[in-house]
Amino acid sequence: MADPITLTIDGKPVSVAAGTLLIDAAKQVSVEVPSFCYYPGLSLQGACRMCLVSIEKMPKLQTACTTVVTNGMVVHTETPEVKNARKSMLEMLLTNHPLDCPVCDKGGECELQDAVFRYGAAETRFLETKIHEDEKKFSNLVYYDRPRCILCYRCIRVCDEGMDVNAYGIGFRAAHSEIIPNRGEHLECEECGMCIDICPVGALTSGTYRYKTRPWELTYTGTICNHCGDGCKTTLSVRNHEVIRANNRDHSGINGEFLCVKGRFGWDFVNNPQRLTLPRIRRNGKQEESSWEEALSLTADKLKSILAAHGPDSVAVVGSNRTTNEENYLLQRFSRTVLGTNNIDHHRTADFSSLVGALTAAKATDRYATMENIVGAKHIFLIGNDPTHQHPLVAYQIRQAVRQHGAQLYVISQGDIKLRRQAARYLQVQLGGEAAVVSALVGASALPNNLIAGGSEAFGAFAESLKSAVDLVILFGDAIRGDEVRTMVRWGLSMPGETRFAPLGDYANSRGAADMGMLPGNLPGYAPVTDESARRKFESAWGQATPISSGLHIKAVAEGIEAGRIKALLVFGSNPARTFGLSKSTLAKLELLFVAELFSTETAECADVVVPATSFAEKSGTFTNTFGQVQALKKTMRKAGTKSDLEILLALARLLGHKWSYQSADDVLREIIALVPGYAIALPNLLIGRAVATRPEGTPPPLEKPDLIFSSRDNLFGSGTLSRYSWALNSVDEARKPYGHEF
Amino acid sequence: MLSDALKQKFDAVIARYPVKRSAIVPLLMFAQDEAGHVTEEAIQEIAQRVGVRPIEVIEDIGYYSMLHRRPIGRYNLQVCTNISCMLRGGGAIFEHCSKKLGIGHKQTTPDGTFSLEEVECLGACCGAPAMQVNYDYYENLTPETIDALIDGLRKKNPASET
Repeated sequence: MADPITLTIDGKPVSVAAGTLLIDAAKQVSVEVPSFCYYPGLSLQGACRMCLVSIEKMPKLQTACTTVVTNGMVVHTETPEVKNARKSMLEMLLTNHPLDCPVCDKGGECELQDAVFRYGAAETRFLETKIHEDEKKFSNLVYYDRPRCILCYRCIRVCDEGMDVNAYGIGFRAAHSEIIPNRGEHLECEECGMCIDICPVGALTSGTYRYKTRPWELTYTGTICNHCGDGCKTTLSVRNHEVIRANNRDHSGINGEFLCVKGRFGWDFVNNPQRLTLPRIRRNGKQEESSWEEALSLTADKLKSILAAHGPDSVAVVGSNRTTNEENYLLQRFSRTVLGTNNIDHHRTADFSSLVGALTAAKATDRYATMENIVGAKHIFLIGNDPTHQHPLVAYQIRQAVRQHGAQLYVISQGDIKLRRQAARYLQVQLGGEAAVVSALVGASALPNNLIAGGSEAFGAFAESLKSAVDLVILFGDAIRGDEVRTMVRWGLSMPGETRFAPLGDYANSRGAADMGMLPGNLPGYAPVTDESARRKFESAWGQATPISSGLHIKAVAEGIEAGRIKALLVFGSNPARTFGLSKSTLAKLELLFVAELFSTETAECADVVVPATSFAEKSGTFTNTFGQVQALKKTMRKAGTKSDLEILLALARLLGHKWSYQSADDVLREIIALVPGYAIALPNLLIGRAVATRPEGTPPPLEKPDLIFSSRDNLFGSGTLSRYSWALNSVDEARKPYGHEF
Repeated sequence: MLSDALKQKFDAVIARYPVKRSAIVPLLMFAQDEAGHVTEEAIQEIAQRVGVRPIEVIEDIGYYSMLHRRPIGRYNLQVCTNISCMLRGGGAIFEHCSKKLGIGHKQTTPDGTFSLEEVECLGACCGAPAMQVNYDYYENLTPETIDALIDGLRKKNPASET
């Protein structure tokens, strides 16, 4: 690294790295240089001229945001000349800017308002009529108010450089310049709302938030988004137990300022009037509303008689990949001890289990990749997933790695995915061909014919370029599973440097569901249920025996119901009717179908008992993102009538004669930390909002059937049940575009 | 549909510039000459040929007042009212055109024959007041010469024009 540069700002000496911009150097000595167009991470614009400072031996005022520091530079930021320049710039910006702060959405959190308040320009010398344009609706989620716009170009740059969508431009010129969308009068884009978040003034406003409240009336709670597996931090703004908006207010967490359309707008299912708020019981073929006591005691009574008549393995449990770790942990404990069966499974969207097995076998459990590893990566290998749709933050971080650090991206994919634009090497394969290509890369098998566009020549070039990769970060979707994961890991670990791996699972807690042992053959932390010592550990903590042989996976459960062997099915936060194609007639064969859900789903419609569960905004706990990073979920509000899965499970256990001593999610978390391999995390790190990496270790049983692992291939606007009940996610035209569409 | 001749012209123009995107404005001019305005198809074609997103081509059209995204009249009367022409009665010339055609600034006659525009300096101060009709200049204008010009253009059989 080059020697640091020493300069003087307002009489204070400061030492910074070579290449630092003056505006950033000033921050190190607590000197505030105002600016609008400067935004860290985006290209430099120099458009707003607010950051003008005086530098000795330079004839004119200079923009601090585009000036690179040099040795011996003497800078003054508070001279009368500078102050006067700032005031003049503000006066210019206010020529056509309406002074509608009292009704403007941005009032109270507006950078222009703050600057005028601080530097003054209350009087204007412009007497001409202000140029007015009516506000424009760019989409259901983005509105544009031209008169408030100060043309800082932040929205244009974030859409281009951050999102690689480039939906904005500048139309017309001089005083008539305005931001124009890419499709004439409206936007066609990923609807991420980054432009709204980044807008320093009230020019771009949110279709779901505008004119509803003032920012100081809201209560802000930082929590974790409930949609995809990336685990973005999102701040829910709540008033009167209603979520009004979401953004990542303090730009903290693994996502910084980034949120996609789901994180920024997709929380509104929480307020949906179709939320279930009363339990329902089927009587004479029809579901009727009931009390909680009645619904739970009926469930418990039926379970007791089924268990007594047909034994524990006549009951099966389907868990969720969007409930908390604590709830998942309790659910598998409930299944294994209260019910006494290992018939517990969930929708598996990536093969976490095989990766844990493969890394443990290779003694390389320090090689799990985290989200931060992507940003810092020099070489990234993406196998069979479309992060733009399924993992918007991963896509964003890959773009940043390529743009900011010159990372090399290698892609193997079936479709022409959008990240191909960033890819140094791209290989298009036939359906299901990713695993065969990986196997051929390793040299484990020959490359089948006609699998790759471009044939063996393209493959050869791809393999050759991969040879130069070091410290590779390998991201893989549902195309690589079971033994293929082991093959891939073997190859990856043979590469130079520290190769890291991350499976890309679909949902908010897909990883947590697997980690917590919501699988028929795995205890929490990936020990097989047949491993006696692992079983002993949990049995002694729980004071109860657990079943010794593997349970039925979800497809075998479906067959069991059909054959009459499975009499009761308990479903938590999942919709097996849709996900696994369980028909109405199959579900009708059950003596008891119990569903805990937010909304009435195809499965819930067939249920004997449906109970209303709480959403992510209404409970505490932890999620583990697809990279194995644990983050805390904070209770933001209450929803009358609902109970969390945790409360439901505690009540059911009690009714079935089991005394559990948990008082809250925290108690369960402490037990997880103590008992689950890889989860010995430091609580303070979690509580201050960090994403705490886990390193699970274990020898899980091999994958029973490859097709147990499959991604939903939701597009950018979908996440199963939750997105179906989000007005915002369904309100945009782009939601109708298929998975894989490029914006 | 863009004609083959135009596409060939595009190739030739792009080849002239070391940086492809520098060709956007001339390409837009040629595309406008052919269709009377810049069509959506032309925007897409140009964007694709010079390797930018369509929005960047649209930005350029907005910036230059001589480029039009919507159809204008066959004859676009651009009357100069900048300083030299103003001193020599350019304002009155504009008013006269407006009255005669029954349209104002940036408007088009219902039959689509004429559009009228008030423009800045045409660089023809020595012949002020001046006017540009499409690419042709008319100088030392009087109400009479304008009447004769407009009537003449109106009589011209549009079908015989190429």
